[in-house]
Amino acid sequence: MLAIFKRELRSYFTGALGYVFLVIYLAVAGVLFAYTTLFSMSGNVTTYFTLMLLFSAVILPLLTMKTFSEERKSKTEQLLLTAPITLTGMVLGKFLAAYVMFAGVTVLSSLYFLLLIPYTQLKFAVLIGNVLALLLVGFVFIGIGVFVSALSENQLSAAIGTIAIILGFLAIGLLGSLVPSNFWLRYVLDALSIFRRFQTFTAGYFDLSTLVYYLSVGSVFLWLTVRVYDRRRNG
Amino acid sequence: MIKVQNLVKRYGTNYAVNDISFEIGEGEIVGLLGPNGAGKSTTMNILTGYLAATSGEVTVGGFDISKEPIAAKRMIGFLPEQPPLYPDMTVKEYLNFVYDLKGCKLPREEHLSEIISVVRLNELTGRLIKNLSKGNKQRVGIAEALIGDPKVIIFDEPTIGLDPKQVIAVRNLMRTLAKRHTVILSTHVLAEVQTVCERVIIINKGKIIADEKTENIVKTIEDGYRYRVKVCGPQKEAEGALSRLVGVKSVVSTGDRDLDSYAYVIESDRGVDIRKAVFNLCSSRNWAILGMEPVGTDLESVFIRLVDRSDGIAPEKNKKRRERREDK
Repeated sequence: MLAIFKRELRSYFTGALGYVFLVIYLAVAGVLFAYTTLFSMSGNVTTYFTLMLLFSAVILPLLTMKTFSEERKSKTEQLLLTAPITLTGMVLGKFLAAYVMFAGVTVLSSLYFLLLIPYTQLKFAVLIGNVLALLLVGFVFIGIGVFVSALSENQLSAAIGTIAIILGFLAIGLLGSLVPSNFWLRYVLDALSIFRRFQTFTAGYFDLSTLVYYLSVGSVFLWLTVRVYDRRRNG
Repeated sequence: MIKVQNLVKRYGTNYAVNDISFEIGEGEIVGLLGPNGAGKSTTMNILTGYLAATSGEVTVGGFDISKEPIAAKRMIGFLPEQPPLYPDMTVKEYLNFVYDLKGCKLPREEHLSEIISVVRLNELTGRLIKNLSKGNKQRVGIAEALIGDPKVIIFDEPTIGLDPKQVIAVRNLMRTLAKRHTVILSTHVLAEVQTVCERVIIINKGKIIADEKTENIVKTIEDGYRYRVKVCGPQKEAEGALSRLVGVKSVVSTGDRDLDSYAYVIESDRGVDIRKAVFNLCSSRNWAILGMEPVGTDLESVFIRLVDRSDGIAPEKNKKRRERREDK
């Protein structure tokens, strides 16, 4: 697993992909930060992170699109699948490399908020809650991205497929808000809504059920990725 | 070392591998031979754990590939048909990655530099894989298979697309490897099997149609001896006289004419050597013999005959096809 993780992380920087991702992410984060805080003279943390969540839905597939599709296209997956490692190790190695990229840049860009300390009373609990929420949502998004990448040989369709599934999850949340709150469907939609859960964390409260929710949704997609490979092996 | 029992791989109603069994002992070098689509690659992919079998059992070094895949895979070095190389890595980086991937315990520097010198990549370790020639990429692939000093090495079409010099180099390398490892080699290049392998397993349509020592396989399939003879003499008379010889099954005039000589293919019964009789006949009639050579005893024609036979092509038709091929 460690070997795959290292190779994968390195591969982001042997091509342009890693740099492109970092530059776009940091630039957009910078603009959103400036727009939501400095220009609007506000110490509000949550607006920035809510916008970053939407942005992640579009940018994270860039990190995950090639994870498996490229291996499959260039037939290098044969090396991984005949090596003495488990399928879970292979999937986790790749997932973690993408996740470390995302988590690193997310934490780095969140440091922008330290600039506000001289000007406003920064609520650290809220800031940390927001960072944690974004990191958890990223866990789910990257899980989805890795899974879709395993389904396709084509990077572009992997990226588009990932965005579609993520938007589907976000749409479920919006749909939920249209359903009357005492109707059973509302509970189901709310339970599936990634966005709604996000809001509990951004208020600065630590909620164990939300943590478990994100970790389990992300893990389901990783498990599905393992299943894709297991199934393909059994042809 | 390798034991395959009643192996079946089915895709829908299509059998890629249909109930094959064989055993390969330690230190053997075995050629897996068959036309394209015969099931060679499928068999190799199952042996290496890349594909799961529909039914049947495969053990490598005593470990069942489906029950103890990690232990079994540790015994195997595999070079797939297309070497699994990452173009964005240098040779050295790639080999280090494979070393880590396989969880190799041997001393890293020593082990890798030994492999690099065995496959003669010394000058290229710092080069990016995408800039290497096809032959050198193949070498990197072979190096990958050797990492971890696996007991069994499996090569799927290792010389495909290489130039003749590289082909010879790779074959020599395989022979060297066979001294320390069990080697399985799949190919449809028959000369490769003849020069490298001690034993050959021929597969067609997912079934084993022959499993013999390379030197014996020709004998087992030959149902008689066939010679191509060039005789100076009247065509009709010579053909008649030759076919009346004891032990001769058939005489076919090939139609080749060289001045006053005609060529014939004479087939004799199994175990009968007709060369003396042909000589005596011709010398008694004063027909000079310009040439006499055995035909159809190379592996190539054995292979074609075996495949034709298992495809159920009628012997007569088969014979005509064969002769057409030989005439060419």
